Amino acid sequence: MYEIIAFYVFATLTIGMFGIVVMSSNALYAMSALAGGMIFISGFFFILDAEFLGVVQIVVYSGAIMALYAFGMMFFDTTRDVSEKMRSKKIAYTLSVISAILVVTILCAPLASEEIEAMYPSIDTVGNVQMIGVVLFTKYLVPFELAAIMLLVAMIAGIVLASKRMDEYLAMEENEIEYPKETK
Amino acid sequence: MENYLYTALFAPLVSSLFVALFAARPKMLITGIIASLLIATSMVASFVLLINVNTYGPLHVTMMDWIAAGNLEVPFGFVVDEVSVIMMVTVTLVSTIVHVYSIGYMDHDKSFNRFFSYLSAFVFSMMILVMSDNFVGLFIGWEGVGLCSWLLIGFWYERHSASWAANEAFIMNRIADLGMLMGLFLIYWTVGSFQYDDVFASVKTMDPVLLATIGLFLFIGAMGKSAQFPLHTWLADAMEGPTPVSALIHAATMVTAGVYLVIRCGEMYTLIPDVGFAIASLGAFVAVFAASMALVNNDLKRIIAYSTLSQLGYMFVAAGLGAYWIALFHLMTHAFFKSLLFLGAGNVMHAMHDELNIKKMGGLYGSMKATAILMSVASVALAGIYPFAGFFSKDKILEVAFNEGAYFLWFALFIGAGLTAFYSFRLVMLVFFGEKEYVKYGLHPHDAQPFVIYAMLPLGLLAVVAGFLEHTFEGFVTRLLAQYEIHIAHGTEALLIAGTLGIAMSGIAFAVFMYKRGGFPKSWEESVGYKLLSNQYYIPKLYELYIMRPFTSIARFAWLKIDTKIVDFTVDLIAKIVYSTGQNARKMQSGNLSDMLRWMVVGMVVLLALALFYRPMA
Amino acid sequence: MITLTHYLVLAGILFSIGLVGVMRRTNLLMLFFSTEILLNAINVGFVAVSKYYGDLTGQMFAFFIIAVAASEVAVGLGLLILWYKRNGSVDLNNLQTMKG
Repeated sequence: MYEIIAFYVFATLTIGMFGIVVMSSNALYAMSALAGGMIFISGFFFILDAEFLGVVQIVVYSGAIMALYAFGMMFFDTTRDVSEKMRSKKIAYTLSVISAILVVTILCAPLASEEIEAMYPSIDTVGNVQMIGVVLFTKYLVPFELAAIMLLVAMIAGIVLASKRMDEYLAMEENEIEYPKETK
Repeated sequence: MENYLYTALFAPLVSSLFVALFAARPKMLITGIIASLLIATSMVASFVLLINVNTYGPLHVTMMDWIAAGNLEVPFGFVVDEVSVIMMVTVTLVSTIVHVYSIGYMDHDKSFNRFFSYLSAFVFSMMILVMSDNFVGLFIGWEGVGLCSWLLIGFWYERHSASWAANEAFIMNRIADLGMLMGLFLIYWTVGSFQYDDVFASVKTMDPVLLATIGLFLFIGAMGKSAQFPLHTWLADAMEGPTPVSALIHAATMVTAGVYLVIRCGEMYTLIPDVGFAIASLGAFVAVFAASMALVNNDLKRIIAYSTLSQLGYMFVAAGLGAYWIALFHLMTHAFFKSLLFLGAGNVMHAMHDELNIKKMGGLYGSMKATAILMSVASVALAGIYPFAGFFSKDKILEVAFNEGAYFLWFALFIGAGLTAFYSFRLVMLVFFGEKEYVKYGLHPHDAQPFVIYAMLPLGLLAVVAGFLEHTFEGFVTRLLAQYEIHIAHGTEALLIAGTLGIAMSGIAFAVFMYKRGGFPKSWEESVGYKLLSNQYYIPKLYELYIMRPFTSIARFAWLKIDTKIVDFTVDLIAKIVYSTGQNARKMQSGNLSDMLRWMVVGMVVLLALALFYRPMA
Repeated sequence: MITLTHYLVLAGILFSIGLVGVMRRTNLLMLFFSTEILLNAINVGFVAVSKYYGDLTGQMFAFFIIAVAASEVAVGLGLLILWYKRNGSVDLNNLQTMKG
């Protein structure tokens, strides 16, 4: 009972939030709506007994990623409304409607298969977090480590890209650094 | 022994290719000498092979496999048996003499080298034709001589008349070749092989109607090559080429290829006597037909050309009636004296600065004794007077016609003999004796260079003595060809020989008598008969009106309406479609990220649709 | 009763919304937002499948997608900032140098 109500509530809210992200002309509204949408997605994860993932979603997505976007937005001039001249709206909307219909049709078909066997079956007695821990650090160890390295690389790349000549600063003396003039 | 075969076959090819290297250069005497030497080598090899075949029998050589596709197997095979070795000897002998003669004749021509290249190429093709041991090789040689004949007739291609004549010759040959190809197809379809041995072994068991069809088709091919009616107009026009070409091709070799074909397929034609009789009838008709046209013609070479046509008719009579060895014999002797006639005519032309009208010549005996004597000898041989060569061969043919009971054919040939004698001596009288008309045109004739005369001497000799080789020849050739028995009582035979000799001598006497007195009255030239004959019975005009004009208009229509508008249009359309597709697809690459994202979604939608509606059956 | 189909349909709808955003937006930053929506929709799908078949693989996949999304945002934003510094605008239509 609760599940059904929760599902539909979250669904409506998520769709609404993401609708705002896509349609709004104000960047700030869009960003906030995105953050909200993320939170509701995590709600879905909680309904589906994926507690660890739900928390990770909130922390990483709504916390870190949205923070990144917020910092990014500070960089651009966002007080103005983003005026977009969209080309041929009709085609875009037609395409999305068609793709939506197709996807839903495909997915509505009864998923038949009795032979699907779970590779890493969940055990009901143990909690979700423990199970994820077991699977993550035994069977998915290599992807885990690789993901870690990838994050490290991304971090360094982000820093290097965004800062001013940071690759040179570490090797220069204080008096050699030229500070740039004020840009517009 | 095979080396001799390969030498005889490939020496002309080597000569042709070697000289071709210098074809674009100005005259180099060495090319002529080398060409003549190589052809002489081929001749020597042919003589050796003649002796060899006489002693040991035929020689078969398979050089290599050519076509091996499924059931069709055609090798490059060569056979030197009695018939082909006679042809080889004839061809190479006349070719050598013509090559040496050409060194003198083409002396001042700027395309001296090219001429020898073509001439040697012709000899090579002819050798392939006579030496091949299967029908496909024969056909290759057939086409090769047609091509070389085109090249040589149109040698002076800047002249419109020459290139027209060359095209006429080639196209007429081609039309006839269609018939020959049909014959070849039928042979393959029935027998499954092109080799002479296989074909002649299986003709005995073939359905007579089918056999008659094959024989008829092959004869159509022979008709084109040997210029039988109605495909005869090209031979007279082919005189546009240089005289050595006429001597070689249109006297001795190419035009006899048709006769060779019939002789070679003798085993086939003996089984279909009706077709043979038709061939003989056509031959007799052509004999008289051509002789009649030669009576009134004023062109030096054309008279000799019509004479060739007439003699080819004689050969076909013999071949059609089953006397193959007699046809071959006449082929050989005719080659000797006819090419001698042509070469002599070449000398006369040279002396008269390429003047061809015999009415403008006369009394050349004084200045060109050697040529005059040689041409007279050849003419006497042609007329068939004892003891010259023509007597033996031509007389035998008349006996054959009589023997078969074809009295009408015999009569036609009889009249033809008379006409032949008349026009030959008409030519001799008008050119060498009588009034010196050429003085009016300010010409100073002189005879040809000595080595040219020496080259012609062997032919003269053979024209005289070849007749006595008749019995050796018969014994030799009938090892392969059918024997032919003549069953005429000795009394009748003597009467026939006397009759033929009589009409020939009366023809000569009449010509000498009339032209000593200045010829026929001028009024005769206005008469209908004269006009008919001198315009070749208006046949070329007929062809032009009813065949060439409609065909040209069809061709023009096909070119303008069909080729340009439809075929070109379709090809251009394909190109345009490709191009415009490219142009339109270019708009996809606008560089705009939003557009690209849209295209991505389009692709995704297409794939989804495919997944939904075209699921592979589970 | 909420079956797997419900969740998957929801994921599909969210995905379409993301597609609309991707096609519609010409501001690069907004484009990134739409990409995030796409990723999240997929995550929902994965976890739903994982729950209904009792397999943890779906959740693992969603986990790694989140990690990848994070790094992608970091690098993407860095590039965006660099581009802004150079060109002064983040509008797509000004980005059109690779014209075919």
